[in-house]
Amino acid sequence: MWNSATIMMLAEGVFVTLYMTLVSTFAAYLLGLPMGVALVVTAKDGLRPNKIIHKILDTIVNIVRSIPFLILLILVIPLTRVIVGQSYGPTATIVPLTLAAAPFIARMVESSLLEVDYGVIEAAQSMGASLWTIIWKVMLAESRTSLIVGATIALSTILGYSAMAGAVGGGGLGDIAIRYGYYRYQTDIMIVTVILLVLLVQILQLIGTGLSKKLDRRGK
Amino acid sequence: METIIQIQNVAKTFMTKDNQVEALKGISLDINKGDIYGIIGMSGAGKSTLVRCLNFLERPTKGTILIEKQDLSQLTEKQLRKVRTNIAMIFQHFNLLMQRNVLDNVCFPMEIAGISRHDARKRATELLEIVGLEEKAKSYPSQLSGGQKQRVAIARALANNPGILLCDEATSALDPATTKSILKLLQDINQQYGITIVIITHEMAVVREICSHVAILDNGGLAEHGTVEEIFFNPKSTAAKELIFMEEGKFTGEEINSNVE
Repeated sequence: MWNSATIMMLAEGVFVTLYMTLVSTFAAYLLGLPMGVALVVTAKDGLRPNKIIHKILDTIVNIVRSIPFLILLILVIPLTRVIVGQSYGPTATIVPLTLAAAPFIARMVESSLLEVDYGVIEAAQSMGASLWTIIWKVMLAESRTSLIVGATIALSTILGYSAMAGAVGGGGLGDIAIRYGYYRYQTDIMIVTVILLVLLVQILQLIGTGLSKKLDRRGK
Repeated sequence: METIIQIQNVAKTFMTKDNQVEALKGISLDINKGDIYGIIGMSGAGKSTLVRCLNFLERPTKGTILIEKQDLSQLTEKQLRKVRTNIAMIFQHFNLLMQRNVLDNVCFPMEIAGISRHDARKRATELLEIVGLEEKAKSYPSQLSGGQKQRVAIARALANNPGILLCDEATSALDPATTKSILKLLQDINQQYGITIVIITHEMAVVREICSHVAILDNGGLAEHGTVEEIFFNPKSTAAKELIFMEEGKFTGEEINSNVE
């Protein structure tokens, strides 16, 4: 059973899982990062308080976050068809993964940015910094280690979600685990896919933690 | 004497959930070019609010702030940012960028002003020499002592050649010896570059050490103001008397300390 075809399949599974995870995380940050920044900036004590925008964003984030991923996956099938052209396969999975992860990322970005000392923001304001300068060079730059830690958590979570997408033909390791381990009772293959998933999370975690430590100048 | 800061009947009211707090109740004060003006008061007297009104970090609820005859409330956001490059500020907790080294911290206001990286670094290096930290250029703020951090903040404040330097409790987090050296540095800066300095403090010792003028805030109002000599030798308000009396008690203690050094 452990022929080259199986090994190829597993290798492809790893590749597809990474593909879904990385592309979805990237796309989710394109949505979630500006949302997180907007949440902080429009908050009551933010740099540009705006009750309406803040409330809308906050509500969207809460609604999407409370929908279980498996349900969301099915709910957005029409949208996935429009964007990708089909509703199954790894590329199609990226759409619900991105939509599910973006609000989660927005919350993590929000909490990272709130860690920035308000005094430093005030100092930048006193120097005549514009809103954009403060967002880029103070809020995002100063919270970068926290943002990287958040990104690592996001990657692991999205990797987990991508495995779940296997249930509806999403492809990748989760798909293999379900098709072989569950439908065909090949427990050994399922165990191997689980080990591979664990390893992937470990590696991502190591890279993330290492990077955030390396970029942190607050220590000695 | 040319007036550089005019505070005219400035009031600030903060709205909290269920009541209003009058932090400032109609303050009027003129500060002349080249002065080292102390603004002193107990905590809660409104001095931090007042200094934040001078660069519009806080907008006064009523009244006018004129900086070099320019009414800040009449400026657009862009014009206000431009004026702020002329009003530097240093803080009790230094407020340096923790993820940037000392040199890049000093470069930051010049980045904001659109000065080229090359010129900014050159000027930052000169400024670090002025504050005596040239060998710390590559260090990060977390590696510095409180006094060193405030020196970096002062170098940063001087970067765009401001006409005014606001100091918000700039020495309150420092020990007496470091306080003295920072005050000496501020005095040198005032004398060499003619920068007008406004010092917010709760310590009379700071005022006595370097200020030419002093205003005493009490419970959001202006209790008394004048030259330091006038106020010290002939305090009229209860607030002034209290602050000077408190300081006398402390004075002897500090004298002993400085004699030991």
